[in-house]
Amino acid sequence: MSWVLLFEQSLNGLQFGLMLFLLAAGLTLVFGIMDMINLAHGSLYMLGAFFAAALVEATGSFLAGVLLAVPATALAGMMLERALLRRLYARDHLSQVLATFALILVLNETVRIVWGSDRPLALPAALSGPVELLSGLFYPSYRLLIIAVGLAVALLLHLLVGYTRLGMWVRAGAANREMALAMGVNIGTLFTAVFGIGAALCAVAGALLAPLLAVQVGMGENILIVAFVVIVIGGIGSIRGAFVGALLVGAVDTMGRTLLPIALGAFLPPQFASAAGPALASVAIYVLMAGVLFFKPQGLFPARA
Amino acid sequence: MRTIPVLLFAAFAIALPLALAAGGQLFYVGFASRVLIYALAATSLNLVLGYGGMVSFGHAAFVGAGAYTASILLAEGIATAWVGWPAAMLVAALLALAFGAISLRTRGVYFIMITLAFAQMMFYLSNSIKAYGGDEGLTLPRRADFGLGIDLANEIVFYYVALALLGAALYALARLAGSRFGRAILAIRVNEARAEAIGFPVRRYKLLCFVVGGAVGGLAGALLASHGKYVNPNVFHWTQSGTLMIMVILGGVGRLWGGVLGAGALLGLEHLIAEVRIDWLAALAPNYAQHANLGVGLVLLAVVLFAPRGLADLFTRRRDG
Repeated sequence: MSWVLLFEQSLNGLQFGLMLFLLAAGLTLVFGIMDMINLAHGSLYMLGAFFAAALVEATGSFLAGVLLAVPATALAGMMLERALLRRLYARDHLSQVLATFALILVLNETVRIVWGSDRPLALPAALSGPVELLSGLFYPSYRLLIIAVGLAVALLLHLLVGYTRLGMWVRAGAANREMALAMGVNIGTLFTAVFGIGAALCAVAGALLAPLLAVQVGMGENILIVAFVVIVIGGIGSIRGAFVGALLVGAVDTMGRTLLPIALGAFLPPQFASAAGPALASVAIYVLMAGVLFFKPQGLFPARA
Repeated sequence: MRTIPVLLFAAFAIALPLALAAGGQLFYVGFASRVLIYALAATSLNLVLGYGGMVSFGHAAFVGAGAYTASILLAEGIATAWVGWPAAMLVAALLALAFGAISLRTRGVYFIMITLAFAQMMFYLSNSIKAYGGDEGLTLPRRADFGLGIDLANEIVFYYVALALLGAALYALARLAGSRFGRAILAIRVNEARAEAIGFPVRRYKLLCFVVGGAVGGLAGALLASHGKYVNPNVFHWTQSGTLMIMVILGGVGRLWGGVLGAGALLGLEHLIAEVRIDWLAALAPNYAQHANLGVGLVLLAVVLFAPRGLADLFTRRRDG
């Protein structure tokens, strides 16, 4: 095992973690502020990817397509919130699970009717090559771009939540909803705005990952669970928790996939190591979550003190 | 008071395959068996979720464990159901014991998420057992042997075995709900702190409820694998847990017949939209059957918004009014 591999995998882990953060940030806010389980959050990610694929094709420009996909998805998210989801805030978690599960079915089929089951989205030619970071160390330039955008969006979100009036309302809502209401925060508008921001973040992740992964119906369903793992580790309602949790999960998952088979190979027969390594790697993040909950049942950064 | 609807249901369920066979609709006997198996799985979840008040989002872990246990035994040549099915229940129960012991330390949303995470773990583990098909799944040579002159390969016979097991499970659930243990579980659901103060061993009772639910879920899994002669990692997928949960919510949380009603309604609805031709809809959209899930989703949304307490509630309300 070389240092190059380790460095490369660290960057991959960072990239995965940042994209997870974009998904988890919206989810944790909706969860923390509105006390709402939104299983359809992954569908917004799918919607963002499909919007991006369709708009890139329509405009002929990768940048324009991605930039247009973000407000389009945010708008779709806000419409969903206004039309349907706000009826569910007062209901119990079971009703929310049932309704948003149903929403997954509806959105999956709607996407299939409009765009088909999958849709290609090619990398822009200028970004398809590798760049040389250090002498002899090449890394795909597109992945670097994803890392840069992910960090920028995270910073933007940090400023938005930490230093604006909207952010203050968001934090107040997450810490104590009734008190925020009593203090005159317009909860209805706030919820719609938060939902729109969450959808926009989903779209950024969906559009950026689309050229690396396949744009297909159902793409949001597996990553949704990983995003849930992230927010449970981080503490529901906490943006900082989502950030730390996402990077932790991204690193554990990526490094686990590379290092566990190698580590196991050191003291196990090779045919067993090659079978057990990937299996252990794919459950590593769930073990991490169970471990965190065992010691800190409220996650690492509980939003409600 | 309850006997007449139960007798009606029993008469309907017993006569159904005979009527279908007489009409040459043997396919529907297989479909009805699937409904019964899902009804059993949903009923086992209802014990945990409805009676025990534990919102488990990982019930597929136990159904899947049962399915895989029975399938692996069958693939290894141990075909008798008298070994395979109890083994499926045992493995599922042990798994539920381990998962439950850890999960029950948390509560609320965290409990939902940790049960979900455990089931996803099983999903990825099953994907990596290459010896038994890995992600492609395991095709079984045949169904389990029941012995006693009962041939499970026969669709009608299989149906009656599934019906008998479901009937037994419903009877046991009804008895359980009326027992001391059932009352205690109910008291814990309503007010855990008070139940603990009275002196009930709350954690142990909840864990027992979780384990029994898991074991019955394992039996449903064994039936499911035998029925389709096939098992793959998707039995563990979180959407499977979600489907079972939907059945319970749809049918009626904490209602004896909730799982049965929900399974029948959901599978029936899926089948109706996908397979039965609706002329006016076909005139509008020729390919509508490929998008059956759209209809299922819309109906489920309507149920949440307009019948929030499930189908079992509709029956009760009529009787009260």
